[in-house]
Amino acid sequence: MVTFAFYLFALGCVAGGLFTVISRNPVHSVLWLILAFLSAAGLFVLMGAEFVAMLMIIVYVGAVAVLFLFVVMMLDVDFAALKAGMARYMPLALLIGVVLLMQLALALGGWQAAEVADAQRAQPIPVDRHNTEALGMVLYDQYFLLFQLSGLILLVAMVGAILLTLRHRADVKRQDVLAQMYRDPKAAMELRDVKPGQGL
Amino acid sequence: MEELLREYAPILLLLAVAIGLGLILILAAVVLAVRNPDPEKVSAYECGFNAFDDARMKFDVRFYLVSILFIIFDLEIAFLFPWAVAFSEISMTAFWSMMAFLAVLTAGFAYEWKKGAMEWQ
Repeated sequence: MVTFAFYLFALGCVAGGLFTVISRNPVHSVLWLILAFLSAAGLFVLMGAEFVAMLMIIVYVGAVAVLFLFVVMMLDVDFAALKAGMARYMPLALLIGVVLLMQLALALGGWQAAEVADAQRAQPIPVDRHNTEALGMVLYDQYFLLFQLSGLILLVAMVGAILLTLRHRADVKRQDVLAQMYRDPKAAMELRDVKPGQGL
Repeated sequence: MEELLREYAPILLLLAVAIGLGLILILAAVVLAVRNPDPEKVSAYECGFNAFDDARMKFDVRFYLVSILFIIFDLEIAFLFPWAVAFSEISMTAFWSMMAFLAVLTAGFAYEWKKGAMEWQ
């Protein structure tokens, strides 16, 4: 059963990744990407990493994929114009692809597994405690620096997103709660005594 | 390990049922429905009209900003979960480490608030 589930998820993952790349319609691409994410979450569950699996679903499927879909569906991108330059850029793209592939091959060729790797793979999580708890025991003190760095990266992302996209338009009225609450009839309206036949 | 996976068996079953039902509903339409199209039938209905334009259009970038900020706080909460679960056993370093993490993100939140990024206009 576990073997069956593994092959199911592995197939889903590979097929999802493949169709993400070769789909003609970018919306379908994102849907295939969601399949790849879900299959990866299934693989994590099979390895016993429940917390990572759930995080995968919540963060990647729930937020990142939705963001992608949002951008792909709404942005005004002319896909025909993008495709037009295909033949012209193909040689360069192929060159870069081959270089990347060679780098990967070099890295894989020079890669040697650590001696403890086999043992760690065989028993990746402590059996006596819950998965999430085991992560909590090491993440915050043993990996202190990485944890703080991730916090800083999130801060940079936040500030960067605000700086890049936030534009205040001058021509719209905004809500100002304090000013609205402190408004009183005296300041808001004025009584004028209008004489007959004269107007203001 | 085996026990953990056994707990997930109902979910796998549910997944299989969902995929199966989806396939059945799609294939049933292909197999059972009578299809006999002619140009009049497949044209837009008399009160409808063909689409004027592509559905893709420029939209306010502020929607994107909201979803980016959502993802960032989503990740912050994700980091809080293991900390909260292991709270009774973690060291003092771990506690203050999380406090520093939260302080950094709170600074970001204050910046965001001050800039009015959450305000809709």
